[in-house]
Amino acid sequence: MNIQAMAQDIPVEGEQSIEGVDFITSGDQYLTFLLAEEQYAVDILCVEEIRSWERPTKIPNAPSYIKGVINMRGIIVPIVDLRLKFGIGEASYLETTVVIVLTYQSEETSRTIGFVVDAVSDVLNVESVDIKPAPAFGGCVGPQYIDGLINSEHKVVTILNVAHLQKVEKHRLHS
Amino acid sequence: MSVDLSQFIPSFLEESFEGLELMESGLLNLQPGDNETIHSIFRAAHSIKGGAGTFGFDSVTEFTHLVETLLDEMRDGRREITSKDTEILLESVDCMRLLIEAARDEADYDKDKVAQTSTRLSETLGNEKISADSTESIKSEGKAAGSGYHIKFVPEHSLAKTGNDPLFLFSALTELGELSISANTEDLPALTDIDAQELYLSWQLTLLTEVDEAEIVEIFEWVEDECLLELTAITDNSTASETNKEETAVNVEQVTETDTQEETTANTQEEVATDTQEEAATDDSSLGQVTAEEKSKATKATPKAKAEVGSIRVGVDKVDSLINLVGELVITQSMLSELGTDFDMAKVERLTNGLEQLLQNTKELQESVMRIRMLPISFAFNRFPRLIHDLAIKTGKAMELVIKGEQTELDKTVMEQIGDPLVHLVRNAADHGIESSEVRIANGKPEKGTISLDAYHQGGNIVIEINDDGAGINRSIVFDKAVEKGLIDANATLTDSQVYDLLFEPGFSTAAEITDISGRGVGMDVVKRNIQALGGRIQVESTLGKGSTFKVNLPLTLAILDGQLVKVGSETYIIPLISIVESLQIDNKLINRVSGDMVLYRLRDDNVPVLPIYQLFDLSTECTEINNALLVVVEADGQKVGLMVDDLLAQQQVVIKSLKDNYQQVAGISGATILGDGSVAMILDIPGMISMALEKAQQAQLVRADGNSNVTAEVCL
Repeated sequence: MNIQAMAQDIPVEGEQSIEGVDFITSGDQYLTFLLAEEQYAVDILCVEEIRSWERPTKIPNAPSYIKGVINMRGIIVPIVDLRLKFGIGEASYLETTVVIVLTYQSEETSRTIGFVVDAVSDVLNVESVDIKPAPAFGGCVGPQYIDGLINSEHKVVTILNVAHLQKVEKHRLHS
Repeated sequence: MSVDLSQFIPSFLEESFEGLELMESGLLNLQPGDNETIHSIFRAAHSIKGGAGTFGFDSVTEFTHLVETLLDEMRDGRREITSKDTEILLESVDCMRLLIEAARDEADYDKDKVAQTSTRLSETLGNEKISADSTESIKSEGKAAGSGYHIKFVPEHSLAKTGNDPLFLFSALTELGELSISANTEDLPALTDIDAQELYLSWQLTLLTEVDEAEIVEIFEWVEDECLLELTAITDNSTASETNKEETAVNVEQVTETDTQEETTANTQEEVATDTQEEAATDDSSLGQVTAEEKSKATKATPKAKAEVGSIRVGVDKVDSLINLVGELVITQSMLSELGTDFDMAKVERLTNGLEQLLQNTKELQESVMRIRMLPISFAFNRFPRLIHDLAIKTGKAMELVIKGEQTELDKTVMEQIGDPLVHLVRNAADHGIESSEVRIANGKPEKGTISLDAYHQGGNIVIEINDDGAGINRSIVFDKAVEKGLIDANATLTDSQVYDLLFEPGFSTAAEITDISGRGVGMDVVKRNIQALGGRIQVESTLGKGSTFKVNLPLTLAILDGQLVKVGSETYIIPLISIVESLQIDNKLINRVSGDMVLYRLRDDNVPVLPIYQLFDLSTECTEINNALLVVVEADGQKVGLMVDDLLAQQQVVIKSLKDNYQQVAGISGATILGDGSVAMILDIPGMISMALEKAQQAQLVRADGNSNVTAEVCL
């Protein structure tokens, strides 16, 4: 059996799709997603994986935007609903609802948290000069979460700060 | 031939610390004439010196060399083994540990202590002057040297057998400068007499270099005990070279540890020996202080060490059994996959058999893997002989330590965390428990106090007992002190164990005076908290005048827990089986509502407060009715509570996963686990839940108090 001859017959997956895609990119890449009608983006290097929504296990007395924890291949990953955290849109769980799992590595620790968003949309290549500061009088998203704004065609995308997103607030007991 | 040596440093450190431990325990058990022990101590010191030299930890090498020289004299019987010398050697072991730790952390160390000890060592050796001179000469030589050295290298015949090859040494020398070699074949026997494994040659080398003599000596580090090495600097000044030669000869003599000892040295040694004894006597008082300082320094250094990833040495038998099990697992797997290729209903029975076998294999594999993490508790017990030795000197009490069950195995993580609480308990026993010799004799007890450490398995737990035959705990003193502190009412009637439990209250110390050893900041409350953090508990038994026993009960491992699965609303929770007293269906007649909405359940003689989990955790559930609900009675800190649950599910072993890694510690939850269906379930933290319920009740009371004050304010208006 000539394995090499057989191997040549197998079509290489993605051979076609390579055409027309510009692999030589400059600047940083960002994954964009939707919260209601608004576009947001995070650094693509922080993205661990994108999962479909599944019902998590509740954490007792957690704030409402923390939906609970899921099992991601043996790792316990907390799930944060960004729509509830930022107060944007409705927290409905549809077929397009996805969880973006982000890992952020600070000096001592690395933390993995999943974020519920309405849909993932695109990958953007952005030069750092194109990132513009956000206006100080903002909406419901606190300024500490925003790294800047970028223009993508006729829309504006908000770049979120992963380090701040990953910060966990202490529970408060409510009687 | 350049190898990156730094990759071997961790194993050097590990081996060195093991060597130090060996030296320490050897020294503590050292009896005069016990050659085997002396040899093993010497070997340990020697390997540390060799290793340290290789990795360039010069401070360690220098210091260890002194220790080694002293040990060598003992080994050869040229020196009596006295307790004074043992003391100095023990102190030296501390210094070596300090130096190695400093080398590891690239940190500073207590230079005074090391200098002091090395001075004492040199004095004991009686050759302080010579060694000082020779180091000086090395230094001055190093500076004066310009052109190079004549090196006379006469190896012992057995050199090649130890794996050393002179060729490597010479090629290393050529890296330092221009080398010319001439071999001396005088000793070469007739061809028929030659043993092919022996080395008969000696060499005369001339090295033209500008490096220090120390660097050349370093090359010969590994063989210096098996050769005669003479270094002579090539200088224009012939007289200087003469003196140098002489001094180096003396120096080399020490280094090579040839048996010939100069007569003068022997004489001075005798003279100094008496001096040292006096010296040592005066030094004894300061010794205690120094060790205490060293301890505090050591604890400062540990956090850094803990951050590193540790390693375990595993017995080959454990690994073998693991390999066997994996082999069986592979067989089961291939059987099952073969069954799966053309499956029909007729093969169901074979499938169930196969799955059963798989279950068995997995279970055994799990147990085996867990066993790898298990270490004999002697790792934690090893430090105590030294501790007692030091404490006996410091307190002036005569005591001995008896260790039993040191082969009992315990999880590595538990072992690491139980060390400090145990030290505290042993110190307490030595300081507060054991009386002074006079009191003991007056009370008709043996003069020497005994502290015993015992470890054994009991059920799924390990029990560690710290027992002393001292004065015991005076119940009335503890009681009075507690009343004084306002912890209990003066009229309260308490059982003995309740009284002894007061010892673990924060800020509780019955010691009349605070001593250096115990009775300081860290109290028994910390001990208790640490033990509880490990999922264990501590009990005290004591008889006045006879002694006390502290019993520490610990789970064997932290990674796996036996749990009862319960359902509350849509969520599944796990209650640790160890904390469950009983599970029952509520009988309506036994429910009492007291002090405004507090629900008590009468369980025989006890009244158990009922905690509905759905309220505590803010869950929505259909079963909010307490009548006929299921109650799981659990106990923590001697407090019983009934947890109201919707349903009792299976009992199973669960693997504990931390919530802290990606989230944070959650009140009332000790961790999470993954169930068979892949979903996550929370493990309940019973003491945490009780304190949560208390907090909630207090909040509610505060709100009510506020409300009341508002009402009165309105009335006033």
